Amino acid sequence: MVPRGVAARWRRAATAPGKGQGSLGGREEAAAGRESHAACLSPAGQPLGILDGIPIAVKDNFNTAGIETTCASNMLKGYISPYNATVVQKLLDQGAVLLGKTNLDEFAMGSGSTDGVFGPVRNPWSYSKQYKEKSVPKSHSEDKESNWVITGGSSGGSAAAVSSFTCFAALGSDTGGSTRNPAAHCGVVGLKPTYGLISRHGLIPLVNSMDVPGILTRCVDDAAVLLGSLAGHDPKDSTTIQDDFKPFELPNLTDVSKLSIGIPKEYHAPGLSSEILALWSKAADLFRKAGAKVVEVSLPHTRYSIVCYHVLCTAEVASNMARFDGLEYGHRSDMKDSTESMYAATRREGFNDVVRGRILSGNYFLLKQNYEKYFVKAQKVRRLIANDFVKVFRSGVDILLTPTTLSDAAPYTEFIQEDNRTRSAQDDILTQAANMAGLPAINVPTALSERGLPVGLQFIGRSFQEKQLLTVAKWFEKQVQFPMIQLEEVKKHDSDVFHHQKSASLS
Amino acid sequence: MTGLALNCSINKKSLFDRKHYFYADLPAGYQITQQRVPIAVNGSLSYSLCIDNKMSQMVTKTVRIKQIQLEQDSGKSLHDDTRSQTLVDLNRAGVGLMEVVMEPDMCCGEEAAAAVRELQLILQTLGSSQAVMAEGQLRVDANVSVHHPGEPYGVRTEVKNINSMRFLAKAIDYEIQRQIEELENGGTILNETRAFDSKLGCTVPMRDKEGQQDYRFMPEPNLPPLILYDAKSLPANMNHQQVINIDWIHERLPDLPSVKRKKLVEQYGILPEHSFTLLNEDGLAEFFESVVKQTQMKPKKVIGWILKDLLSYLKQHSLTVKESPVSSFLLADLLNLLEKKEISSTAAKQVLAELWKGEGKTPLEIVKEQKLELLQDQKELEQICQAVIDGHENEVMAIKAGNPKVLNKLIGLVQKKTQGRSNPVLVKQLLEKKLSG
Repeated sequence: MVPRGVAARWRRAATAPGKGQGSLGGREEAAAGRESHAACLSPAGQPLGILDGIPIAVKDNFNTAGIETTCASNMLKGYISPYNATVVQKLLDQGAVLLGKTNLDEFAMGSGSTDGVFGPVRNPWSYSKQYKEKSVPKSHSEDKESNWVITGGSSGGSAAAVSSFTCFAALGSDTGGSTRNPAAHCGVVGLKPTYGLISRHGLIPLVNSMDVPGILTRCVDDAAVLLGSLAGHDPKDSTTIQDDFKPFELPNLTDVSKLSIGIPKEYHAPGLSSEILALWSKAADLFRKAGAKVVEVSLPHTRYSIVCYHVLCTAEVASNMARFDGLEYGHRSDMKDSTESMYAATRREGFNDVVRGRILSGNYFLLKQNYEKYFVKAQKVRRLIANDFVKVFRSGVDILLTPTTLSDAAPYTEFIQEDNRTRSAQDDILTQAANMAGLPAINVPTALSERGLPVGLQFIGRSFQEKQLLTVAKWFEKQVQFPMIQLEEVKKHDSDVFHHQKSASLS
Repeated sequence: MTGLALNCSINKKSLFDRKHYFYADLPAGYQITQQRVPIAVNGSLSYSLCIDNKMSQMVTKTVRIKQIQLEQDSGKSLHDDTRSQTLVDLNRAGVGLMEVVMEPDMCCGEEAAAAVRELQLILQTLGSSQAVMAEGQLRVDANVSVHHPGEPYGVRTEVKNINSMRFLAKAIDYEIQRQIEELENGGTILNETRAFDSKLGCTVPMRDKEGQQDYRFMPEPNLPPLILYDAKSLPANMNHQQVINIDWIHERLPDLPSVKRKKLVEQYGILPEHSFTLLNEDGLAEFFESVVKQTQMKPKKVIGWILKDLLSYLKQHSLTVKESPVSSFLLADLLNLLEKKEISSTAAKQVLAELWKGEGKTPLEIVKEQKLELLQDQKELEQICQAVIDGHENEVMAIKAGNPKVLNKLIGLVQKKTQGRSNPVLVKQLLEKKLSG
């Protein structure tokens, strides 16, 4: 299977004038080169691997050899990676074509993909027929352009790329929900694998004990294929498990009567839209009617997860960001008075205030006098949160079903009314516990909201039981038949387009 | 291995931590170390010291080992003051190190140097490190404090930039003196880091550590706890290539220097101080044993040739044992000639001097060339003795009058006549026989 024609179609879509600010810079030469390489191979009948010729986008916090890796930050603008992240290498070894690096929140900190140095990412659904039909301009002078919606984050660029048919699949990262959140808002499948299943080597770390590479695809079967190519022990990452991983094909589940689905009551979180609440309920009914056992369960420590996450996340961030000093690579300030002042100026110039804020918080929590009170305490709470899941799964529940987001995607102008920290705290509530417990979780696009935007639901599974998780997700996907995005032709409102793009990123 | 050799308790589970600070030679902004639970604790190191520089009086001392921890090396900073810049060499940054922390059980530079020397030998024997200070393979920082007997320990300073064993002793002794003088003049000792200036032979204040740094220690999230096993705790189905079995390693430890010394003394009947010198020079003990195997000369005699003649020559020419132009085979050959009384010891020394030239000649060849063979003909020797006696009536009378020391003069004369080719012991016997008769 060599989708030469398909790849060419996708490449044309990718090079169309940047509607989504989804991909950073043209890696077209690299992509074209590899594509023709794949094309040359296929007549001889020897594909490189299961992903031969498939275009894939990679979030810009993965190292890609010879290609700029910026993490959407001034700190790494112009930084050319000297090596490939393990997951990138695995994709390339299977013959995948790297289409480009995708936009994100700076250093993956955020839930909107709005705080990167290259500007915000626009949700392709903003330009869909489904959204446009439902949206009513507030006044006739307001251009339809100004109510574009966010992708969610921080892997917004990757989600947008998959959603807009720019590529077959994309890599994201997930620390508190950064793959599942944009997947839900962009109507694509977003898989967060079990911690330790996929190598983090080459993924520029945010929170080492919670980060995982995330997989974004159009359907659950594709996610299984990607997982098969990426999972497995990496000697370069001591946190990957040693056990052999066997790639699998998903069975077509027909009988769910042996399944037990848990509905955690604490996930009826404050701010959960009535729409999503109803959808969640409908989904539960769907399983019940099909013969599955559906039970309400409790994860009592859920309400502490935000604070706990905040302490642990900022502490690790403060540590991981210490390497950016301008000395060895990346941005270096012109300040020459002393090494210290150069460091300070470099870091002030290189990081946005979200990153700086987290570094300061993290350092505070790690101070000798605060360490026990905050860091150790948070680790204990983390253990409690993880134990909640252990207890529930031990009681016979196979999979948990929860919402992924509190609502559908917000318009950009509305989203930026609150700061990054507030937004993250609100939006991460449904997703971050899975990161704390290291469990696998997946967003499956479920239905369109009243505004014509995607809404997804989340399944959380047992550690390393991705096969079971994805099997159930695939069954659900089949039941709900989520509609395909109907993208309109790119209209030639050039001046208006750029004018509004500019004002959007300045606001 | 090092933990076991130093009698430590090995922690079967040890942890890694990040120690954060900003410095040009620390590219990650933190160093990975073992602050909470290091790999080994509570050991001891025994070392020997000569009293008053007399090798014959050695005393054994012990220093407690607080812990051994694994950590990362930083890079190297080279300060270029003329151009107001610092050059940073990151080649060794991140490389694994073993830090051995000793308790303050030593009282002077000499003790510290002896302890470190013994540690160096142990590391070399184990193969843990080649521990050459000049190459930076072994780095030593000294923590020094002074106090009156009976009082608690004083404030300590840390002395860095010590590049050799000799400087270690010097730096410590200087710092002890400095602190004593400072206190006696009514001053105080600051808890600071000082650098040893080898040119001036003194310590100077170093990094400006204002107050105490908060390193914001945090567990290293990318390295799971280090688990070691012993025979009891090793699970049955574990892949043996993936785990470390402490007992297995313990069984395979080589003889440590102290054990080797004991064996040398027992096996060869040499003195303890001899065994020290043998182990102190890389390769010397092996050289000695090799010579002993190839010669009939008793080890007690061989040791003299090794420690006096061979070693002093090597030292004079700054050569290592490996670089010696005289191999153990050649030396054994020479000593055999001596032992068989074919040459005198004076002659042997002459031959050795010739062998140093490394011209490839065997001892026998040199002996023949320079006509150094001992006179074997007893009759001829008797004749010469007689001739000397006859020609020195005064001396003969003096001897007979009860001054035996004059005999040496006659022996010397016989030696001269025979061009050194007579066995002085035999000559003495012959002369005495003649004079008594």
